[in-house]
Amino acid sequence: MNIFCFGISHQTANVEVRERFAIPDSALADSLTRLARISSVQEGVVLSTCNRTEFYVVTEDSQLAIEPLFHDFYGPVESSEIQHLYRLPALPSIRHLFRVASGLESMVLGETEIFGQVKRAYEAATRSGTTGRILNRLFQKAFHVGKHVRSATAITRGSVSVGSVAVDLAQQIFGELEGRRIMILGAGETSERTAWSFQSRGARQLFVSNRSFERASHLAEAIGGRAIRFDDWEEEFRDLDILVSSTSAPHAIVTRAKLEPMLRTRRDRPLFIIDLAMPRDVDPAVHDMDGVYVYDLDSLRAIAGRTLEARKKEGEACHDLIEKHVHDFETWLNRIADKAIAPAAIECPRT
Amino acid sequence: MNWSDRVWVELSLISYLIGFAYSVYSLATNRFLTPRITFWAICIGFLFTTLFLFDRGHAIGRCPITNRYEVLVFMTWSMVLIYLVIGSSYRLSLMGAFTAPVASTLLLFAIAFSSSEPAPRRIKVNPWLEAHTSFLMVACGAFALACIAGTMFLVQERQLKTRQPSSIFYRLPPITALSVANARLLWLGFSLFTVGIATGFLIGGRINWAQAVWSILVWGVYGGIILARILQAMADKWGAILSIVAFSLLLSTFWGIRFISDPSL
Repeated sequence: MNIFCFGISHQTANVEVRERFAIPDSALADSLTRLARISSVQEGVVLSTCNRTEFYVVTEDSQLAIEPLFHDFYGPVESSEIQHLYRLPALPSIRHLFRVASGLESMVLGETEIFGQVKRAYEAATRSGTTGRILNRLFQKAFHVGKHVRSATAITRGSVSVGSVAVDLAQQIFGELEGRRIMILGAGETSERTAWSFQSRGARQLFVSNRSFERASHLAEAIGGRAIRFDDWEEEFRDLDILVSSTSAPHAIVTRAKLEPMLRTRRDRPLFIIDLAMPRDVDPAVHDMDGVYVYDLDSLRAIAGRTLEARKKEGEACHDLIEKHVHDFETWLNRIADKAIAPAAIECPRT
Repeated sequence: MNWSDRVWVELSLISYLIGFAYSVYSLATNRFLTPRITFWAICIGFLFTTLFLFDRGHAIGRCPITNRYEVLVFMTWSMVLIYLVIGSSYRLSLMGAFTAPVASTLLLFAIAFSSSEPAPRRIKVNPWLEAHTSFLMVACGAFALACIAGTMFLVQERQLKTRQPSSIFYRLPPITALSVANARLLWLGFSLFTVGIATGFLIGGRINWAQAVWSILVWGVYGGIILARILQAMADKWGAILSIVAFSLLLSTFWGIRFISDPSL
């Protein structure tokens, strides 16, 4: 009884190579069936995400090689592709799965989406009947480890993308975002992503203004907001809580002189400005005004960078925690292996 | 002072210090431990303070606010009572971490004064005087908590302005929630203080002018802060700063006023 992990990931290959080995959700059940047809494979789970494709198998064949397995799935594998593939034996496989479920092998360290992806891969395998005693136990343990790592360390703490950092800051200023009035000024790619981040965290009063009204309408419709003509955005500004600005204006369009009369009537409400434009849309002196907080691209990136550094430092604590669980699982594996061997050992002298 | 008084106050102090130390440890190690331990430490401290007030009140046959020691313990009790009501209802996380050191400091001062205070004695009770001083003390508790909410607001403000939020930034309540809590606590303290002053007119007998002027000055300062907030004459930051300054002035002038006024209260 051997456990192996065969695969390819963002750590060993770029996206051009990875996409050839990716298995879409629609083909997952078919892949599991094909895996079960391999005579030496007793149990199997296929995990395929945008960053990795991995086969976790339990087999009697201790020499099970990667090339024939991948050949079965993808046809002939070229030697230039083989160098990107990996084959992990039992303990490294177990450790690897625990690290994957904990987000430690992800492209964005500590991200939590992978946990759900591993869970879905396992559920698909359970439905297809390709899991058994070992992989059931291994994946259940991996989910437990993933939760433990997340709760006992700061590996998932904070955000590491510009949009998420901006939304985190907004929540630390306003709390719930549902009743807040948010304006997206300029419908570029970054501001669109930030708008989606706000929408996904409960923001409902979103206004979009852009030089091209058609583009503003398109984005507003997509995020459930309202489009405003570019000439009218200053009218709406007075009641705003959050401004996400990314116009292509060559000079600052939000200045202290423009804001001062507007803020005089709303001193009890803070104003959060996210300036994603280059050159900046907001005069830096605006940040010095009471109750106004301006964050530009550099300051958001700096926070994201510090969060990533903090997560990397947490890696050691995660490693110790995972090693303990690997040891526990290894002990369990040895125990069931002993039980399996014991009757044979008794029968041997008789034969 | 009998032995049980000291024991209750000291046990209370230890509980608050444990709550404070746990919060500091949690923040320093960045381990995101549960704030419930601080909350329960404060609850236990509150229980001990209540036992002291009950014992002492029973011994002297009136509300135990007859000397500086008792006044400080009563003020601490009022502040923690309001924290337990406001802090939990507004879900102001980490407010306990800020309340515990203030409660510990007040009790440390109380213990420092305990040896120099005259022994408690039974005296004839004027119920209006009891009501007057009790309302003023509970109002001081609300002002103390407004000062704490103001401090938390300024910590958040500072982190936002420097654009370098640390881990404490994400654990403190949102800055708008702190501003609202600060304003409501100022209102609560001001209302109680107003009732306290009003009941003072019903006491009868000779008016203690030093204390009366001091009380009206405190009332005026807090009334001014609240009015400025209503009229939006200043930003929330200044409301927070003024609630800290006002409470610091209140505490520092409190002893001077008692010193130049009639010590029999």
